[in-house]
Amino acid sequence: MPSRIGVYVCHCGTNIAGRVDSPGVARFAAGLKNVVVARDYKFMCSDPGQDMIIKDIREMGLTRVVVASCSPRLHEKTFQKACQRGGLNPFLFQMTCIREHCSWVVADPAEATAKARTLVAAAVARVNHHDELYSRVESVHPDVLVVGGGIAGIQAALDIAKSGHKVHLVERGPSIGGHMAQFDKTFPTLDCAACISTPKMVAVAQETNINLMTLSEVVEVKGYVGNYTVRVRNNPRYVNQDLCTGCGLCMEKCPKKVPSEFEEGIGTRKAIHRNSPQSVPNTPVIDPSVCLQFVKGKCGACKKYCPSGAIDFEQQESFLDLQVGTIVLATGFDILDPGSLSQYGFGRYPEVYTGLQFERLNNAVGPTGGKIVMKNGKPPESVAILHCVGSRDTNHHEYCSRVCCMYALKYDHLIKDKVGHHARVFNFYIDMRCFGKGYEEFYRRVQEEGVTFIRGRPAEITDQAQRPEEEGKLVVIGEDTLLGRPVRVPVDMVVLCTAMEPRRDAAEVARVFGISQGQDGFFLEEHPKLGPVSTATDGIFLAGTCQGPKDIPDAVAHASGGAGQALALAARGEVSISPTVSWINPDICVGCKICIGLCAYSAIEFDERRKVSVINEAMCKGCGSCAGHCPSGAAQVRHFNEKQVFAELEGLLRPAPPVREPAGADVA
Amino acid sequence: MQELIVTPETAPLGAPEAAFEPAIVAFVCNWCTYTAADLAGTARMVQSPNVRLIRMMCTGMVDPKYIIKALLEGADAVLVSGCHPGDCHYINGNYKARRRMKLLKEILPRFGIDERRLKLTWVGASEGNEFAATVNRFAADIRELGPIDTRRLPLL
Ligand SMILES: Cc1cc2nc3c(=O)[nH]c(=O)nc-3n(C[C@H](O)[C@H](O)[C@H](O)COP(=O)(O)OP(=O)(O)OC[C@H]3O[C@@H](n4cnc5c(N)ncnc54)[C@H](O)[C@@H]3O)c2cc1C
Ligand code: SF4
Ligand code: SF4
Ligand code: FES
Repeated sequence: MPSRIGVYVCHCGTNIAGRVDSPGVARFAAGLKNVVVARDYKFMCSDPGQDMIIKDIREMGLTRVVVASCSPRLHEKTFQKACQRGGLNPFLFQMTCIREHCSWVVADPAEATAKARTLVAAAVARVNHHDELYSRVESVHPDVLVVGGGIAGIQAALDIAKSGHKVHLVERGPSIGGHMAQFDKTFPTLDCAACISTPKMVAVAQETNINLMTLSEVVEVKGYVGNYTVRVRNNPRYVNQDLCTGCGLCMEKCPKKVPSEFEEGIGTRKAIHRNSPQSVPNTPVIDPSVCLQFVKGKCGACKKYCPSGAIDFEQQESFLDLQVGTIVLATGFDILDPGSLSQYGFGRYPEVYTGLQFERLNNAVGPTGGKIVMKNGKPPESVAILHCVGSRDTNHHEYCSRVCCMYALKYDHLIKDKVGHHARVFNFYIDMRCFGKGYEEFYRRVQEEGVTFIRGRPAEITDQAQRPEEEGKLVVIGEDTLLGRPVRVPVDMVVLCTAMEPRRDAAEVARVFGISQGQDGFFLEEHPKLGPVSTATDGIFLAGTCQGPKDIPDAVAHASGGAGQALALAARGEVSISPTVSWINPDICVGCKICIGLCAYSAIEFDERRKVSVINEAMCKGCGSCAGHCPSGAAQVRHFNEKQVFAELEGLLRPAPPVREPAGADVA
Repeated sequence: MQELIVTPETAPLGAPEAAFEPAIVAFVCNWCTYTAADLAGTARMVQSPNVRLIRMMCTGMVDPKYIIKALLEGADAVLVSGCHPGDCHYINGNYKARRRMKLLKEILPRFGIDERRLKLTWVGASEGNEFAATVNRFAADIRELGPIDTRRLPLL
């Protein structure tokens, strides 16, 4: 059955009609194939304008509608809704722009009118091929998964739990807290890290809406926005969390000592250990790779002394399947291994430290009890702090890590404060980036404490003395680029402000969750400015430094943003899924799989049985990358398919029929 | 794609037409260039009426077939325009478009079509002036190049 098209040409007051002969365009449209009515009106978007369309749909049995007026970006929705009120599927509508793209930009009225006619002809030709489409509404599971329990994950979990929604918080390590739990003081306020983070960690443990799983990892994610099934592996702790009282006797009695990861290798821990007394949960964990009971089959000291019988060498890993509607990723960052910058001698010279090591050196519960001392137990008389190690460096990371300038200033202050004012501190920097609230003020304060700033990236650190004052010291060799002369600075201790970088397993995690990584390796946000917390995968959001380097205030703000986005979906309880997505015709698809590699949203899967590619409509965004490339023409985006585009082209380019006063059509 | 033997494009017979006005089709993405076109309109930037837009969601959607079809239907040139590299609403559709356009530009001469009749540009959503300038420049270039003569092409 041929379609019955109604065409409506707007005057927009004089905005269109001042240049384009709107009534003339309507008369022209009335002569086009399948057009049964064409009208022009002063303001189509007004109520009477819309009512005109609704009335015609009902009374004249229109099956298609075309409106020629302003940009569809303005009023497409208005007219689609009018169609719907008239009883017509909103996708059987086409809008063409004769204002922004025509009356406002074509100087000559005759030319403007001719262009408007062409645009209307194209819209009429296209609308013939439109199909009825229906948005799908999917329910959203109210529970939320948060992955990673650093400060960002903690913030996100608490925000969500506060709303009454249930949160599953999955943390890989034995305790939550992330990097922040390693610090003693935080810039720029110098408030004690534990004092501000411990209450939050405890709040997580006490919040009934949070199901905290430590020593756990997500191994598989299936489903789509609103309906994710997540498989979590819980690794054994070998200590029964319900029985343990956290007394710590086991750790005293354990005979096996190894270097501690939490202490960044500058302190030791036992085979049964916990990060710090503030750990949440504060149950210790047995490391089976070093525990004598596991390695040699005998010891059991901890078991013997545990007053509550909590030690359980028989624990096994277990798997748990969770249903959630949305996911917040907060897996944080790693720091660059400075071993790759061999010129700085990290690992070769014992007095060269990373920033994180220095944090531990400085921490009241760290290996030195918070005293800044060298390996020989003496406080350093002079310290060099090298900024931008591996950051802003095309051989390593091009980006700025955003926190190093600031924590270097923090160290400046702490050294002056703890070692004494006589201790000399040299900062080797490229630029000082103190952009945050209170940061520039902190910079000024530290400058006034009498530390030295040398602009230039050091070339090398050596223990080869050339002068008597260099004997027994580490010599930082570089150039003071402000003075334009080479410098050799002998110091007792060196701190490397190593770059923040993506987690070493970021690619693997991105694959599990079906999201992308940016050029720098951090997880890719949906839009660099307007979508910094969402990802290209609906229902998966980012929080904190897994998206890029951030300080604590920014990580927390970002996390609250991610939590808010996840909550918006969870609270609504349903999500409408656009129907203008791609579809692969299984009769045409040759199974070449080209589209699968092109889809940036991992929305295409291969059906091994039928040997064709299949689109998951809930994940497809309708970008058309697949359709634009499918060699067989099997993949087509709904509402932008080949027939529709071809028809629009023909309408645009075929010589239009002459304007005739139509016999059958009704012209208003 | 099948190899085609065609006569190369020649200037139309007879005297060059006094006022040749090319027909140009522009496939533009909804998020950037179409928005820029709206902005150019709002700012009343006068443009050559020869360029007519087809709104696509992304340049990555523009199948080379569409471009060939446009040229065969009588368009004298085709403009494809989208978001700047890195700004594509769909992450990287524009990179895919860029790859495809490059290949197409290599193939077009085999159809007897000057590759200058296909142009790919990036015009961001805020660049109304850039959009108007692109349209006017391209229309002028094609006016100079003269009308296309594809209807004589065999086979297609
Ligand atoms: C040396 C140094 C000093 C700093 N000093 C300051 C300061 O003084 N002030 C300040 O504002 N900022 C400071 N920062 C920045 C601060 O560390 C970060 O902003 C903050 O720690 C980021 O928190 P996060 O939660 O994003 O990541 P993280 O702290 O890295 O937490 C991520 C968490 O996720 C877990 N995880 C990772 N992968 C997985 C997985 N696959 N599954 C489950 N769990 C996983 C980790 O175990 C960890 O607990 C400093 C940074 C450095 C390197
Ligand atoms: S590119 Fe086209 S033919 Fe190839 S697998 Fe995808 S849909 Fe099928
Ligand atoms: S239209 Fe885009 S998002 Fe959808 S399946 Fe094709 S490539 Fe993927
Ligand atoms: S959305 Fe503009 S080019 Fe992809």
